[in-house]
Amino acid sequence: MSNNSANWLTRFHRLGSPPSFYHLAGALLPWVALLCIGLFAAGLYGGLVLAPADYQQGESYRIIYIHVPSAWMSMFVYAVMAASSAISLIWRMKLAEAVARASAPVGATYTFLALVTGSLWGKPMWGTWWVWDARLTSELVLLFLYLGYMALVAAIDDRRTASRAGAVLALVGVVNLPIIHFSVEWWNTLHQGPTLTKFDQPSIALNMLIPLLLMAGAFKFHYLYALLARVRIEILDSERRTAWVNALVSQRPS
Amino acid sequence: MTEFFQMGGYAMYVWPAYAITAAALIITVISPLRRRLRMLRELSAIAAQRDIHRSE
Repeated sequence: MSNNSANWLTRFHRLGSPPSFYHLAGALLPWVALLCIGLFAAGLYGGLVLAPADYQQGESYRIIYIHVPSAWMSMFVYAVMAASSAISLIWRMKLAEAVARASAPVGATYTFLALVTGSLWGKPMWGTWWVWDARLTSELVLLFLYLGYMALVAAIDDRRTASRAGAVLALVGVVNLPIIHFSVEWWNTLHQGPTLTKFDQPSIALNMLIPLLLMAGAFKFHYLYALLARVRIEILDSERRTAWVNALVSQRPS
Repeated sequence: MTEFFQMGGYAMYVWPAYAITAAALIITVISPLRRRLRMLRELSAIAAQRDIHRSE
């Protein structure tokens, strides 16, 4: 029994080693892509075709199926980035550094999409592309945090120093996450309140809710794919002088 | 079908939102695949160079 659990631990530990993770990620990628495409197909069909029009907003509300998942992911990815930054600062784990660095451009993309799709939804519903209210402004700050992280990491030549500086910035920026989440409750705003987190009485019909959850799943797997693909590059780059990368590249016919 | 594309008069907001999202999501997954291939090519070129030096 103890032998068995020790075995399991070694296996888990090995998973965190760069070569095992590189190969595992490579094997997982096609399955993640398949799941992601399937969820997108189901979510888009449900959201654009099956779901009825909203009784107040008409067909324009259909932007919700990309706006809300983007906005959720913009915060989720930042949380992942901050958590892996903390791990990399405490345990000096290379894989955690790679996850943080790989997450930043993907999170920035979701944040950009949340802002743009929100703007395209705001124009017909509120009559304006943009207002400087708490929700929109804090989401814009999130975009700048991502961009600032990427610029800082790119500006420092030494890889590990760059990761450590970025990690500190990412952790300081965490304070913005609760501000974004609660902004619609703390301040008066044009932005509507939360749709789903009021669990006692969700303010959305089931045939609208299911496609939204499918789209949220599709975005999760999209992130997973982008993350694994980017972590593989980070690993190759940081391990370029090791024996296993040398073996890997000399096998390739060139 | 045309009714579907008109989106109840909101086509000019709904479809650009979906188009921009699709483009951004696709670029996000395509670019690392291309970068990885470029990096593997570059690394194997470096390895080949070193092997030549070693055999000399």
